[in-house]
Amino acid sequence: MQLVSFTVNGRAAGVTADPDTPLLDVLRNHLGLAGTKFGCGAEQCGACMVLIDGQPEKSCGKALSTVAGKAVVTVEGLGTPDRPHPLQQAFLDEQAGQCGYCLAGILVSAKALLDKNPSPSRHQIAAALDDNICRCGSHPRILKAVARAAKAMREGAAR
Amino acid sequence: MSAAPTPALPPTLANNPRLDQWVRFPERGRAVVATGKVEIGQGILTAMLQIAAEELSIPPDRIELHSGDTDLSPNEGYTSGSQSIQYGGVALRLACAEVRALFLDEAAAKLGAPTEELSIEDGAVLRQGRPTGEDYWSLAGAVDLARHATGGATLKEIGAYGLVGHNMRRVDLGAKLFGQSVFVHDMKFDGMVHARVVRQPRPGATIGKIDEAGLRRAAKGPIELVRDGNFLAILGADETVVETVAAVAATHVAWENVERVNPQREEARSLLQQPSIDRLIGDPEPASPAPGRYEASFTRMHVAHASVAPSCALALYEGGKLQVWTHCQGVYPLRAALARALKLDPAAISVRHVQGPGCYGHNGADDAATDAAIIARSRPGQTVRVRWRREDEFAFDPVSPAMVVSVHAALDDRGRPADWTTEIWSGRHSSRPGGGGNLLAAEALPDAAEPPQPVDVPEASGGGGTRNGMPLYDFAKKRILHHLVPETPVRTSALRGLGATINVYAIEMAMDELSERADIDPLAYRLSVLSDKRARAVLEHAARMSRWQPGLPAGTAKGRGIAFARYKNMAAYAAVVAEVEVEEEVRLVNIWCAADAGLVVNPDGAINQLEGNIVQAASWALKEGVRLDETGIASRDWESYPVLRFSDVPEIAVELVDPKADRPPLGVGEASGGPTAAAIGNAVAHALGARIRDLPLSRERIMAALLRG
Repeated sequence: MQLVSFTVNGRAAGVTADPDTPLLDVLRNHLGLAGTKFGCGAEQCGACMVLIDGQPEKSCGKALSTVAGKAVVTVEGLGTPDRPHPLQQAFLDEQAGQCGYCLAGILVSAKALLDKNPSPSRHQIAAALDDNICRCGSHPRILKAVARAAKAMREGAAR
Repeated sequence: MSAAPTPALPPTLANNPRLDQWVRFPERGRAVVATGKVEIGQGILTAMLQIAAEELSIPPDRIELHSGDTDLSPNEGYTSGSQSIQYGGVALRLACAEVRALFLDEAAAKLGAPTEELSIEDGAVLRQGRPTGEDYWSLAGAVDLARHATGGATLKEIGAYGLVGHNMRRVDLGAKLFGQSVFVHDMKFDGMVHARVVRQPRPGATIGKIDEAGLRRAAKGPIELVRDGNFLAILGADETVVETVAAVAATHVAWENVERVNPQREEARSLLQQPSIDRLIGDPEPASPAPGRYEASFTRMHVAHASVAPSCALALYEGGKLQVWTHCQGVYPLRAALARALKLDPAAISVRHVQGPGCYGHNGADDAATDAAIIARSRPGQTVRVRWRREDEFAFDPVSPAMVVSVHAALDDRGRPADWTTEIWSGRHSSRPGGGGNLLAAEALPDAAEPPQPVDVPEASGGGGTRNGMPLYDFAKKRILHHLVPETPVRTSALRGLGATINVYAIEMAMDELSERADIDPLAYRLSVLSDKRARAVLEHAARMSRWQPGLPAGTAKGRGIAFARYKNMAAYAAVVAEVEVEEEVRLVNIWCAADAGLVVNPDGAINQLEGNIVQAASWALKEGVRLDETGIASRDWESYPVLRFSDVPEIAVELVDPKADRPPLGVGEASGGPTAAAIGNAVAHALGARIRDLPLSRERIMAALLRG
């Protein structure tokens, strides 16, 4: 057992646990943040994607010890129903989702993309989401939603 | 008193005839509506709300919808087969219409007004458009809904619809975008324990030796073992600890009597050597084969559901009562199966649906629920959460069976089929638990019942292996020869579309080849043997969307293909045009789809389903096939079982034909899959100038076709 301190969605967090505990388990079971999902446990599907110091990472494969002192952002850190992130608003506007299990990870991957590239092409959006599996086939709407969010963010920044 | 003839009730209303099973007004301003159909990613909760709100004339946000709960909702069997709107929605609509009529009658009596002058708006009774002071809630005490539906109520005029036929945002999407706990995987209870099952590697395998000390050494915290016959599970309060032990359990548990699988059964053509139960559907076979014959054979490997999350369930056994939370497709059938397996009274079991990952047919959900129930029975008072491991989801998910489909056609002097046979070899497409047995964990118990005899889905329900095997085209004689192969190397069951995917692939590929032989454009060729007006309309609509041009040269590495089917020959019509580029692999460029689903409740929801089915079918056609080795399913991760990724997805356009017309709704969720696979196959053939009749259209098969060139 070890105390590991880091920030989650801008707030300080200290977790005492086996340092090998996957960050995904820490988020879901120790911190009560169930938005990040388990999909495969093998870093193949992207359902557990979070930002660690701004980089998209699969939290199932990151041990707790590796995030000491770092800033973790999960889907809960993007926005709320009252103050949605432009990505969340765009996904609502495009009705981009079916079962929705993959969406938390996809939103996080998309945020990482838009933080770096405010005007991505369809091709660039698709490439940025290739680590995320969607099995319901919501891809066409998700691609449109990310482009829509990018546009909204550019227009918001210009205002 | 002579009995008036009773109109036939929709099947699920006939099975749950009491109106208060569907609608209640328990407190002021709020209506409770119940449906037996469950949300499996297809948007059904939203569509059911629209139907109920429309027919009751109550705003959707004042309706509390109960869905898939053996304590709270009607028994509508499974949520499957694109039947939820076509049957469940129609039943709910009629129940709500009858409730509205009863309240109007009561209001008429109370107000001394003719019923014709009364209407309901926002739940309030109006007389000639003016408030009367009465509403559902003021009248609720006087209207007894504990009565049987008659089916005699007048439905609202479609022209008066304000909700049905209009887009409504999905009621479940927001919570999923904000990371709220909506999935069964996210449920938490005080004192909950986490469990992982150490699964029998094959049916009938027995536990030889358990190295319990080794398992405990691998654990970084307290664990317990639960064993019942050949059912074994690891549990503990800390999920991480339990998972770590489960990951190494295979090296600490020795199994005996493990039957081996013949890896060659991976190939669909191995079905041809297996014993089969044979039958003929349709016209008798001709005495002698006609001249001018066409014959071709098509195959598909086993295909996995590959839901994005592994199965999960919770169970609590307390005071002789069992509660189960599950993402299964049928809470009542699962309750019946659990009662049999656990020797409990069904009345002592409550099964509640909670959303899970997208469900495309009978996956591991029922089995995970059974796992949880068995463990919970051994731990009274403690909530048990079972979550399958990813590799177990791939290994033990009942897969869609491999299939071989041969088309034999005798042609007339204009090169059109006069006599058509679709000959189908397939394992069964349903082994759902409701019929008895078919629960993995129950089969591992000491007193397990014999597994039931394999049967396929009956023709009245659209057939299993035979689904869409009968072409809709105007051939003088047509038939299906069905060879049901009872013994399959791995467990098989329902996957979206069942046999329709490869049957439509075979029929529509054959039609394309026949049009080439006759030197007629494939669209014109189809239309020349198709009198069904709605079928013609979707084909012509898809052709217009894609700016279909006859006579484009073949073999240029760019190709276009068209295909059509009416799902189950009784649900929605869909035509698809695919545009591809082929080098070493297939690159999808565009897919256009036109569909006729009759009256559409939520047009955007229907389009979302058609789009999803297109993407999934493209994935089946290009990427998917379950790999086998001697242990069973060998493709146990996303690398060995690849699916379509974002960069593989083409531009997709879907349009509905006449979605507001006053025609019965037709199930839409599985309508575009077969036509998509076939349109891609035809487009690839057009691009290559050579046909690939075996799915998936893998790089190896493309390269082989290019070399054959």
